[in-house]
Amino acid sequence: MTELAITWSVLLSQVMLGLAMACALYRIARGPRAQDRILALDTLYINAMLMLLSFGIRSANTIYFETALIIALIGLVSSIAFAKFLMRGEVIE
Amino acid sequence: MRTWFPYPLLSIALLVMWLLLNQSLAPGSILVGLFLGMVLGWVTLKLHPARSRLHRVSRAAGFALQVIADIIRSNIAVATIILRARRVPANAGFLTVGLDLEDENALALLACIMTATPGTAWLEYDRRQKILLFHVLDMQNEELWRGTVKRYEAALKEIFQ
Amino acid sequence: MSHLTDLPAWAALGVCGLLLLGAATTLIGSLGLLRLTDFYERLHAPTIATSGGTILICLASMLCFAVLQSRWIFHEVLIILFVTVTTPVTLMLLGQAALYRDRFEERQGVPRKPKPERENSP
Repeated sequence: MTELAITWSVLLSQVMLGLAMACALYRIARGPRAQDRILALDTLYINAMLMLLSFGIRSANTIYFETALIIALIGLVSSIAFAKFLMRGEVIE
Repeated sequence: MRTWFPYPLLSIALLVMWLLLNQSLAPGSILVGLFLGMVLGWVTLKLHPARSRLHRVSRAAGFALQVIADIIRSNIAVATIILRARRVPANAGFLTVGLDLEDENALALLACIMTATPGTAWLEYDRRQKILLFHVLDMQNEELWRGTVKRYEAALKEIFQ
Repeated sequence: MSHLTDLPAWAALGVCGLLLLGAATTLIGSLGLLRLTDFYERLHAPTIATSGGTILICLASMLCFAVLQSRWIFHEVLIILFVTVTTPVTLMLLGQAALYRDRFEERQGVPRKPKPERENSP
């Protein structure tokens, strides 16, 4: 019984996270301006990180959690670089 | 000790983070963590961060609880706004408020808290005139939002000054 | 599904509830990106995913592995700390960049830059 419940709830939450990623992807494709796309990209990174966490719960593998940390780091750095680029037209002043 | 570890708190935090990432208490990891704390402390020394003094640390716990309660409440509020956004368009707007926080670190903390709370976003702070421009998602009552910012400011002032 | 069957019923219920709640919160936050009409309104949407969704899903994972006692649960604490500290920085920078661009293009409905005070000394 618990096995069934937990299988389905992990599956359902992964479907919801996938839908959330699809929303962010739609916003990246649609725009309308560069800052909207970057904001959506940042959201996409966070959703991907949460997806990895749910995979980690499903498989009890530590490697997923380290990957999630790395994705969060890369998302932070890339979003900040993009935002700086929008503001000035160059990343490092 | 100060020459080796110019920012002791930062070095301790780095050591703890290193041990947690490695998930071990082996002497080798502790040594590498201490080395990292030392080197990054020196790097930070070159960056000249503003030092601030904590006066009433005891107030920090109450303030943190208040912030967490506010974040939970505004999470629910913003979620309902998004779910109803098709029928009722969000009533968003820009607001300005005057601040008189002097401490740089307190200002940074206020900015992080306001942006982390759904519903308010810190946009711009004019250092010369000390006016903060921020954006709120639900502008029912302007004075309510200004009052919230002022409340945070008063608490941070008590902690930092 | 080998290890998750070892969970007692109350822990399984908690893990399921927290996980579903966190995923739903994240979905609502990302839905905000679609439904809200203005960039500055959309700036509020990802904070729901980061503050609500991340914390709930990390709590679910902490509960799961704390009950199973299969490994340390400090990675989740690090993830929560990291995400809550860094997301505001990104959003603040993005907001400032958007404000700068909108002012540069002289869009309607964007507050002007406050005028610098006139010097009193002659």
